[in-house]
Amino acid sequence: MEKKSLFWKEHFWRGLITCCGLFVIVLTLAIGAFLVYKGSGTFTKYGHSIFEFLFSSKWSPADNSTGGGSVGAAVYIVGSLSTCGLALLIATPFSLAAAIFMTEISPKLGNKFFRPAVELFVGIPSVIYGWVGLTTLVPAIKKVFHLNMGYSVLAAGIVLAVMIFPSITTVAADAIKSVPIDYRKAAYGLGATRWQVIYQIVLPAAKPGIFTGIIMGLARAFGEALAVAMVIGKMRSFPKSILSPTTNLTSAIASDMGGAMEGGEYNTALWTMALLLFLISLLFIFIIHRIVAQKGEEKDGNK
Amino acid sequence: MESKFEVSKLNLHYGQFHALKDVSLSILPHEVTALIGPSGCGKSTFLKTLNRMNDLEEGVTIDGKVTLDGRDIFRDMDAISLRQRVGMVFQQPNPFPKSIYENVAYGPKLQGIRSKVKLDEIVENALKGAAIWDEVKDRLKKNAMGLSGGQQQRLCIARALAAGPDVLLMDEPTSALDPISTSKIEDLCAQLKKDYTIVMVTHNMQQAARISDKTAFFLLGEVVEYGDTDQMFSMPKDKRTEDYITGRFG
Repeated sequence: MEKKSLFWKEHFWRGLITCCGLFVIVLTLAIGAFLVYKGSGTFTKYGHSIFEFLFSSKWSPADNSTGGGSVGAAVYIVGSLSTCGLALLIATPFSLAAAIFMTEISPKLGNKFFRPAVELFVGIPSVIYGWVGLTTLVPAIKKVFHLNMGYSVLAAGIVLAVMIFPSITTVAADAIKSVPIDYRKAAYGLGATRWQVIYQIVLPAAKPGIFTGIIMGLARAFGEALAVAMVIGKMRSFPKSILSPTTNLTSAIASDMGGAMEGGEYNTALWTMALLLFLISLLFIFIIHRIVAQKGEEKDGNK
Repeated sequence: MESKFEVSKLNLHYGQFHALKDVSLSILPHEVTALIGPSGCGKSTFLKTLNRMNDLEEGVTIDGKVTLDGRDIFRDMDAISLRQRVGMVFQQPNPFPKSIYENVAYGPKLQGIRSKVKLDEIVENALKGAAIWDEVKDRLKKNAMGLSGGQQQRLCIARALAAGPDVLLMDEPTSALDPISTSKIEDLCAQLKKDYTIVMVTHNMQQAARISDKTAFFLLGEVVEYGDTDQMFSMPKDKRTEDYITGRFG
């Protein structure tokens, strides 16, 4: 009797956990399918080309279901790319330096104080970043560069950089930490200095993990809407320099989705942007998986 | 014969723990010196003192004097140049996750050697010296992680040789290896002592008896007995040495 009830439990829990796991997969696929369904309308129902959507800067979709407008999202795409690229340029050196500091230079201080402080950053809601950016960064940029207004790619880049700094730092620090102590010993044993050990042995060995961190940071920057929308200026024109305002994909979706008619050309074009964001994050995840897989291969020596 | 290392009154503390107590001994050039003793007796600590790898650990204080060819390794030498002269091979084979060539070339590159011709020559000689050249000469660009454990360990010896040391420290270099790889490393030691001085920590009594010229028996941080290996294994002077090498404790 007892044996039977044990089996029953076994099957029950196994079934339940399998269902939960499958549900997550189904949900992801469903979101993807829904975005494809909604977003593809621009190309099927309203007959625009993918080329137009990606490379034209003429954005005036009609807010009705007859269509006939134009859906060139290039300004938004360039806005997203430039702000994220800038954020990455700013954040990566700082993140790497911080990760090296808290793992190699001062692990005691790093573990006790630095790491918790960095992790705290991750939990701060993005509206706060945006608000601080809006009240301090935007006026500061205006003043320093003598501009009419401070809303700019630079402001968005800096806010995003601060937001992604902790993600990159923690992932990179974990990667550096997981480099076997034996490598360090071997290098020290050959007469390497600490800097040589870090630069020539530890960082190359931690490279896949560091790249993963950078891409995760990039993915976060791409998806961030609120904080960027608050400081980017939402001006629909290509940025002439990093000091000029522009707009980006997430800001457009966030600010326009409420007003556009359901199923209309405008609404559908916004869905297409959402689809694009989804595809970009899929691409990032794909890249991360490739990096991790490569790392595994190297470990087995099949390089 | 002029001694290579002259250790006198060496005391080492890990915080409060007295790990080495008044250790004094001379290590002669072109000999294999084996350090034996039960776990935690201080033999590895002693080994790591000889190239100052202990400097990397926290809370270590050292008194006493150690000289290498007459020069005080704590006062007259910096750790970097000391480690270039005193190479080390570890218990676990620890090649870098780089190519075989890059592994061996790492030491000379640290010393500023850039010439490809020169590096090629050093790498080839080091690999030959470590008796692994024939096995790897066709795949120098392949990742060292693809080698077997025994090959990796010989690669690590080659890497140490390439840095141009005159002493090799080995910390239980065969404890992670199979018997065939072990005997290859032992044969290698017999070869290498013509050109190098070797100090080896080992847990394996037979190994110490087979390959070493001198043996030092450590117990609780002290050197109980130090002398010719043949003498010590046939007629140990101290009762504790006898008990240990005949397997009564440890």
